[in-house]
Amino acid sequence: MIADLGFFALLIAFLLALYACAAAAFGSQRGQQRWVSSARSATILSFPLLTIACASLVYLLANLDFHVQYVTQVTSHSMPMYLRVTALWGGQAGSLLFWAWLMAAFTFAVMLREWRRDRDLEPWVIIVTASTLAFFLALILFFENPFLRYWQGITGTVWAAMWQPTGAQPYIPMDGNGLNPLLRHPGMIIHPPMLYIGFVAFVVPFAFAIAALVTGRSDDRWIRVTRRWTLIAWLFLSLGLILGSRWAYDVLGWGGYWGWDPVEIAAFMPWLTGTAFLHSVMIQEKRGMFKHWNMLLVILTYCLVIFGTFLTRSGVLSSVHAFAQSAIGPMFFGFIALTFAVSLALLNKRWATLKSEVEMTSLLSRESLFLVNNLLFMGILVICFWGVVFPIVSEASGGIGRAIPALAHIFTGQRATVGPIFYESATGPLWAALLLLMGIAPLSAWRASTARTLGRAMWKPFAVSLVVLAGLLVGGMRQPLAVLALWICAFVFLVTVYEFWRGARARTGHGEHFFQAFWRLVARNRRRYGGYIIHIGVILIAVGIIGIELFQQETQGSLAVGERMHLGSYSIEYESLAEFETPDGRLVDRAVVNVFKNGEPLTQLYPRRDFYYESQQAMTIPGLRSTLEDDVYILLVDWEPVSASSATFKMYVNPLVNWIWLGGFVFIFGTLVASWPEADLQPVRSRAGVRGTAERA
Amino acid sequence: MKRLALTLAACLLLAACAGSPAVAPSAQGGTPSADQVNAVAKNLYCPVCANVPLDVCGTAACAQWRGQIADLLAEGYSQQQVYDYFAAQYGQGVLAVPPARGLNWLVYLLPPAVILGAALLLGRNLRRWQAAPSAAKPGNDDEYTRKLEEELKARR
Repeated sequence: MIADLGFFALLIAFLLALYACAAAAFGSQRGQQRWVSSARSATILSFPLLTIACASLVYLLANLDFHVQYVTQVTSHSMPMYLRVTALWGGQAGSLLFWAWLMAAFTFAVMLREWRRDRDLEPWVIIVTASTLAFFLALILFFENPFLRYWQGITGTVWAAMWQPTGAQPYIPMDGNGLNPLLRHPGMIIHPPMLYIGFVAFVVPFAFAIAALVTGRSDDRWIRVTRRWTLIAWLFLSLGLILGSRWAYDVLGWGGYWGWDPVEIAAFMPWLTGTAFLHSVMIQEKRGMFKHWNMLLVILTYCLVIFGTFLTRSGVLSSVHAFAQSAIGPMFFGFIALTFAVSLALLNKRWATLKSEVEMTSLLSRESLFLVNNLLFMGILVICFWGVVFPIVSEASGGIGRAIPALAHIFTGQRATVGPIFYESATGPLWAALLLLMGIAPLSAWRASTARTLGRAMWKPFAVSLVVLAGLLVGGMRQPLAVLALWICAFVFLVTVYEFWRGARARTGHGEHFFQAFWRLVARNRRRYGGYIIHIGVILIAVGIIGIELFQQETQGSLAVGERMHLGSYSIEYESLAEFETPDGRLVDRAVVNVFKNGEPLTQLYPRRDFYYESQQAMTIPGLRSTLEDDVYILLVDWEPVSASSATFKMYVNPLVNWIWLGGFVFIFGTLVASWPEADLQPVRSRAGVRGTAERA
Repeated sequence: MKRLALTLAACLLLAACAGSPAVAPSAQGGTPSADQVNAVAKNLYCPVCANVPLDVCGTAACAQWRGQIADLLAEGYSQQQVYDYFAAQYGQGVLAVPPARGLNWLVYLLPPAVILGAALLLGRNLRRWQAAPSAAKPGNDDEYTRKLEEELKARR
């Protein structure tokens, strides 16, 4: 009954999405607003319908209705209620439904906005959002239906179908398979929704961009309308990436937070183009330039969102994060190809009307530096994209080798692996350049800037940064890469703080207390200073990355009870190991390890290995002692069965890794500040100072 | 200023960390030691465990491979010889980066070629734009920044 309800809600939402596309196109062509309004109503209605579908599936999951195939695949009696509910996005079919529901929620919110000023864009925004939704709903209905139920034939054969086949009886397994152990982590409850929200929210700026292309509007209206939507998408995508990193650090047991896994990169690529877009749109708003480029960036971002979903959902790439595999790959591939081709054709059609209103006039102007920033982001994207697809290319190339034997030694068809070394060494210099640019660009002026004006603006933070450099060298740091990277971080940090100080100081001239001036400065220039806060977050993250990437230490050893193992200033002592079962179906082997620093007792840690009976999978959960200075991260690798007289541990010291999470908080806070709605603007005063302009900024 | 002090302190701490080498007493010893095996295993991937480096993979098959690495190192194999051995046995997919030969050259050549090409194009256009006659003077058409500069000048 509930499964039927969910399925029919899905089906009606799909039909409505198709109707919305047709009605909006018809209304736009005939110039009949009532058809467009009808399409809009249909799009709005898809949200409550998909809410019913999602709620139905959650109900089935929560009540462990094993008659439903999806419920059997992702839940079990031993799972607590919160995990049964979050199993909604724990498997292929459920996560696609969840994706569609979020998409419908965003479409719903967009449809409820005031359209009076954008009547010409409205039908095309409806067509783009509704067609994306229809595509996902088609995948769910025809390939990955989460409401399929088990049936048993007379011969005992069990299969899944929506409705009872003739002669078959309902089949209800005694228990389910349970959720993948890797997904039974608090981070996994929040991480996928954040990432999905980031993904689907980027559909909104894309829809407006396509609408602007179709209608031939060359102004920056579409950018102004979608600025906050883009920031929200970017905020959630960033949050998803940060939470995913934390989950990997806590659960995957490799001592790190980012493994350059294809699925990680798939989520990272739209972030790269989205970040480039966020910077680049400022130039169009301020100077009327880069209109083609912004269109291209938003098209790329949308296609990368679908590509990312395709990579994680199609099973074309194996990954530690790919929790679902199925035959929907070709559908995705076709959709991406079609979207990309149509978007580029539209851009090509409007190429002439999107010409820049002015030309670039200075190599050091802010717009030039933003262009370099975009080039660097795109460079990182190219490296990431190529690294992700090359294994597929190398394998597929075997066909050429087989067809032309003379080329068989080149096109071997052997699948290649592109691991972290490639990405780290290839993107490292580009990241450093981006970081440095983050310190210079805010000080450069729009339109024209010279080396002299730039030098005058940055000499003070530069001079102080040299003191930091001297401090690093006097402190004994000799690794050139680390010294350079940390100096860049210090310089950019000082530039950003200096910008805050200058702004607040200007306001104190109007009789405001410094802290009051600081508060109002940020409150009334949210976009500018929110951006600077984001930059501070990035610097903190960079310091954390430098710490763990360049100074991580690790060792492994087998310890008898009471024996110690040393790493840097830390040592660990194996005390005991206990084995016990838990009510949620785990066999836990938990070691007790004493940690010492410079020979003094510091704390006790409990690294463990959880073995899940249902899925026959083991998880290595680290024992972790975290401070801002470093993390001591201990893994239980092996142990002597029964007697537990000895155990093997892997020990990492991860310097400054917590700065990544701290930076993440600052980063998210900055994005919230930048995207927070401005208060109603005051009437412009004739002799406004920084206060007045700030209020209007 | 507090953040500045924190950054400085952390950087100095880091400098101190960098100066303290790891000690390798008996628990971490052996011939070869687990650390030596892991240093080699770090750059190998078994075909079954998706994108998990061999040094941290917890499966029995990967533990067996690590044992094999230890045997090879004990026999006097160099790191490169171990990689060659595994690549010959199981294919190039076990290596963390593709060896630079045949089609694999594309991994190393394509991204720099694209980035350099884009940089050259950008550089050429920037020079062209700059060479174009323009009335632009060093300044700022961002109203907020202009006012900020004026007010700071007035306070000096």
